Amino acid sequence: MRRSITLAAALGLSLTLAACSGGAETPAEEETTSAAADGGTLTVWVDETRQAAVEAAAADFEAETGTTVETVLKNFDDIRADFLAQVPTGEGPDITVGAHDWLGEMTSGGVVAPIELGDKVDEFEPVAIEAFTQDGQVYGLPYAVENIALIRNTALAPAAPATWDEAVAAGQAAGTQYPILIQMGEEGDPYTMYPLQTSFGAPVFTQNEDGSYAAELALGGAGGEAFAQWLAAQGAAKVLDPTISYDIAVEAFKNGQSPFIVGGPWMIESFEGLELAVDPIPSAGGQPAQPFVGVPGFYVNAQSDNALLANDFLVNFMATEEAQLALYEAGNRPPALIAAADAASADPITAGFREVGSDAVPMPSIPEMGSVWAFWGVTEANIVKGAVEPVAGWQKMVADIQGAIG
Amino acid sequence: MSTTRSTRTDVPTSAEPPQAPPRAGRRRSLDESPARSFTRGFFVKLVLMALVDAIGVYVVLAAWAEGSFGILWAMVALLAAANWIYFSRRTVPLKYIFPGLAFLLVFQIFVVLYTGFVAFTNYGDGHNSTKSDAIEALLIQNERRVEGSDSYPLTVLDAGGELAFAIVDDDGDVRVGQAQEPLRAVEDAEVDGDTVTAVPGYEVLSRQGVLERQQDVTTLRVPVSADPGDGSIRTQDARTGFVYTSVLEYDESADTMTDVTTGTVYRPNDEGLFEAEDGTTLNVGWRVLVGFDNFTTAFGDPRYAGPFVKILAWTFAFAVLSVLTTFLLGLFLAIVFNDERVKGRRIYRTLMILPYAIPGFLAALLWSGLLNRRFGFVNDVLLGGAEIPWLTDPWLAKLSVLGVNLWLGFPYMFLICTGALQSIPKDVNEAAEIDGAGGLTTWRYITMPLLLVATAPLLISSFAFNFNNFNLIYMLTKGGPRFTDASVPLGDTDILISMVYSISGVDGTAPKNYGLASALAIVIFVIVATVSALAFRQTRKLEEMS
Repeated sequence: MRRSITLAAALGLSLTLAACSGGAETPAEEETTSAAADGGTLTVWVDETRQAAVEAAAADFEAETGTTVETVLKNFDDIRADFLAQVPTGEGPDITVGAHDWLGEMTSGGVVAPIELGDKVDEFEPVAIEAFTQDGQVYGLPYAVENIALIRNTALAPAAPATWDEAVAAGQAAGTQYPILIQMGEEGDPYTMYPLQTSFGAPVFTQNEDGSYAAELALGGAGGEAFAQWLAAQGAAKVLDPTISYDIAVEAFKNGQSPFIVGGPWMIESFEGLELAVDPIPSAGGQPAQPFVGVPGFYVNAQSDNALLANDFLVNFMATEEAQLALYEAGNRPPALIAAADAASADPITAGFREVGSDAVPMPSIPEMGSVWAFWGVTEANIVKGAVEPVAGWQKMVADIQGAIG
Repeated sequence: MSTTRSTRTDVPTSAEPPQAPPRAGRRRSLDESPARSFTRGFFVKLVLMALVDAIGVYVVLAAWAEGSFGILWAMVALLAAANWIYFSRRTVPLKYIFPGLAFLLVFQIFVVLYTGFVAFTNYGDGHNSTKSDAIEALLIQNERRVEGSDSYPLTVLDAGGELAFAIVDDDGDVRVGQAQEPLRAVEDAEVDGDTVTAVPGYEVLSRQGVLERQQDVTTLRVPVSADPGDGSIRTQDARTGFVYTSVLEYDESADTMTDVTTGTVYRPNDEGLFEAEDGTTLNVGWRVLVGFDNFTTAFGDPRYAGPFVKILAWTFAFAVLSVLTTFLLGLFLAIVFNDERVKGRRIYRTLMILPYAIPGFLAALLWSGLLNRRFGFVNDVLLGGAEIPWLTDPWLAKLSVLGVNLWLGFPYMFLICTGALQSIPKDVNEAAEIDGAGGLTTWRYITMPLLLVATAPLLISSFAFNFNNFNLIYMLTKGGPRFTDASVPLGDTDILISMVYSISGVDGTAPKNYGLASALAIVIFVIVATVSALAFRQTRKLEEMS
């Protein structure tokens, strides 16, 4: 009986090997040799809006170098955690699309490699390079600069308001349902509220001379408290309202229920048929209202086996006017390459956003920023709702953030 | 497998009398070894096993190619076990449970063990990978381009197997160097514009050749001069070279990092970071075992302690109340629609099951819209514009969560209660009636106990499910409204599992801390396992009673 087991197992195994020798081993070998023969394969993670544009740039690269570029479609929100988790296992892509504010986490996780742009540095908008710079090294190839601004329905408000109060007055004079739309939601939206906060002189972190951020909270103090009191007053006057979410705000503006909305270029395609102008965000606290700049770009995997191909692709094929304009067409964000941005500025809306962006500040990318979001928005929403006393609530928030940073 | 089964099951059904001792049957089947009796079933088994083995061997080869030896050995073990089990005659029970067991091992046990392992590490932001990865990353990040230095057109050369760089300097002269040989001027090189086309004694590598050795090209450092302080030439794209100096240097024998510019020495500490004597650390760390630190943080950190107790209490309340409300409503409806006097029972029953047909997370999302304070259907239309904070008031939010879960969960209870009621034999009730029991007494002493025996295990599993009902909480309230008196981003409707999610930081609102999240996941597992075990023991008593 024992013999029969061995016999049967041997029979099974030999059948297996016969099946495998035809199926599994040879094609694997062929793949590697053929890949080397046509110049290697580069894997790029992209999201939906950027896929076509990256593939267009990749076509030139493939034609010139014989490399195959494989784009993998990912949900943008998943890329951050997936890239951090997969690079150490050796499964990550060679290049991924990403936002500059991930930078601190990416470098402290050791998953991204610096990119040397050489003389091309000067061809980019300074704020875009600044955003991807940490400790003197550039870690990503920026392709767009995005920021919010005041979008105005010119049929309802002919002139740009200079201050927040003017904007509210103009909105009330227009007789629409909302004097001004600014998305908030029950959890708050500190990103959209940030220009108003900076107009009170309360940036989130202190900025070094070179524009980078120090891990020192600056949103407390007199400026922050004045902003908190302003939030409470606007909430009581029903100008700010936590029930207004992004979707509700966009829908209301589209239907002509307000002359103003604070928002970014991603909203524009929802507003077809309206006569629009893009203006700076009016100051509420007297100082300039500086929105955050977000810079999307491409990161290179620190453990990529194709580092050479990846850098070649990014520096010599994605940093071109053509490629950056293709990405602009796909996402509507003003390009990061100055020549491409100049070309895109033929569109007055893009020019408007770019104009506002030139005064804006990059969103902090230091790892400490991760501890700020969770407290920031909810506190703002609670102050607007009147659920907490403004100054005490703001002070508690600053203390909680400080506690989370450690 | 089929052969074995048929001979085994043949035993009682064959002509042999059923009272024949089972041992006799087993001896008989032992004599008829399937490997010797080549029936059709045996060949079917052989082909199936060959297929399984083929797939298994493919996985082994793929794992070998990738260098994943854990997967390789696990696969070899599984394959060996599968072959032994299905070709041996002694492993009849295993033949039935082995596939399930294999998947259990891969998809459950491994995950549980890995979570357990992570709970004792500091895996999270800044401690993302291994020490060697961290060292590599630190070295890459701290290699700086010399300020104000030029960029040079660069060509990769091959010098008898060793790589070399040729650059064209500002004067148009060609300079060539290797890893051990600093750059030197070469007189008789041929240059076409910016690119070097030929250098005597060297072979210009084609792009193909460069790509084949791209790892070597990107790691090659050619010293600018004999003085290491001048830096070295490196390239990232094999087209342009830049002068770099390393700020950090790693000493492998001493396991220290040295900052060349300041002379500071960084030593690895217990937390998986390089630390200088003054306490400053380098920014990239690695994963280390931290013992019970995560567990002590979970219970000892005063910022977490208060909210944890509140959330634990609410989790129990939520799970128990969810089971109770859905069961009672489901039971009530089942009784009503089980009564033959109700007309159109089928239509009602179908309608009742509708909420069950909608995916839970989608329904929760829908409800969060319906319950919006101003624009929701409930407030806006049903209540005529009353701004009731269904999801933003601490108590109303809890009520809403329970209400939505009732809506989602009662069809399930309705289904199982209907089934259980219909399976209770009618003659039991008739007997009770003959004995003189009224409707209520019959219900109390006959129907209810029989029903509970059938449904109690499902109630327990429903409790375990609701204890970890992440979908509902995340889609409906995201755990909000936030605790106003706590210093951590947790809220009134957070249950333990959604608390773990926000601590793990995967959603980007908090720094990632997989170690702490895994530790909490283990705590939840212990709680659920204990409660379920106790409850199952109770149901066994119930079964004995009836």
